Amino acid sequence: MKSLAELQAIRDKAKLELNMRHENPDAIRVLVGMATCGIAAGARPVLNAFTEEVAKRNLQDVTITQTGCIGICQFEPVVEIEIPGEDKVTYVKMTPEKVAKVVNDHIVNRNVVTEYTIGAYK
Amino acid sequence: MRELSLNVMDIAQNSVTANASLITITVNESDKDDFLDIFIEDNGKGMTKEQVQSVIDPFFTTRKTRKVGLGIPLFKMAAEQTGGYLTIESQVGIGTKVHAHFVKSSVDMTPLGDINSTVKILIQCNPCLDFVFNHSTDIGEFTLDTRELREVLGEDVPLSTPDVLEWIGGFLEEQSDIIYGGA
Ligand SMILES: Nc1ncnc2c1ncn2[C@@H]1O[C@H](COP(=O)(O)OP(=O)(O)OP(=O)(O)O)[C@@H](O)[C@H]1O
Ligand code: FES
Ligand SMILES: [Mg+2]
Repeated sequence: MKSLAELQAIRDKAKLELNMRHENPDAIRVLVGMATCGIAAGARPVLNAFTEEVAKRNLQDVTITQTGCIGICQFEPVVEIEIPGEDKVTYVKMTPEKVAKVVNDHIVNRNVVTEYTIGAYK
Repeated sequence: MRELSLNVMDIAQNSVTANASLITITVNESDKDDFLDIFIEDNGKGMTKEQVQSVIDPFFTTRKTRKVGLGIPLFKMAAEQTGGYLTIESQVGIGTKVHAHFVKSSVDMTPLGDINSTVKILIQCNPCLDFVFNHSTDIGEFTLDTRELREVLGEDVPLSTPDVLEWIGGFLEEQSDIIYGGA
């Protein structure tokens, strides 16, 4: 059973880690479009896949969050990746299957996966 | 939408946009009495009577100045096609309550789907807001209240910490197994 005692232990561990690590100004942001159209097109499993992949690789300083209407319904699910100092990249028609490659190539190795970007579809 | 849980995520998003600080999601379902009710309640900025009317019936609105939203009409359609209904109670400055009633055994019933995933994502993406999630069946009920978790976690450890989210996911899974008569 998940108990509050267990949650306390998580808190203590997280506090230790917070003390050891200072805020990284180079935090990478993954934004998943979650307007009605995005959700209907399958944004939720894409967001979950990013969360899992980032946890699996234990990547620090990557935040995954939702964003509203990006204005390109026909390309949903849409994911934007912001790396400080670099141009924002917009991936379109994302699927959970494409996520591992984006995390590996783009977030870890800093090579944009051009074939999944909006430029490849226009 | 293929799952009602996706509609719930969408409707809760409206509450986030309305600057709510507390969002309560309640799912009450019964096979015995053949219903599934979903309530999404917030303390956001609320709507006037006229706004509520145009939101429920966007194609009959006199306003042409903004794009018509789809979130609420889609949720309403999902309820009505089962013989159910959708109502919105709202007060400016106080908040909004969306209630959808479904006839569970209807052939046109959309499955609830992965409601736990919806709750988890809402917490993950809005770690500064509080969520209360209630779920009841013929067998039992449970509640997840992020205010209680926050009390344990203190100020420095956000709800979006991966280990905390994993705990939340595990808790939801265990509890829903129980009220669905599993493990
Ligand atoms: N909980 C709420 N509090 C305040 N205003 C709300 C709330 N829910 C809906 N509204 C108002 O109703 C409008 C319509 O909502 P609806 O979800 O149908 O469409 P939308 O959010 O505008 O667009 P989308 O199709 O992306 O959902 C919103 O734009 C907002 O002005
Ligand atoms: S409503 Fe589809 S991208 Fe905005
Ligand atoms: Mg909406």
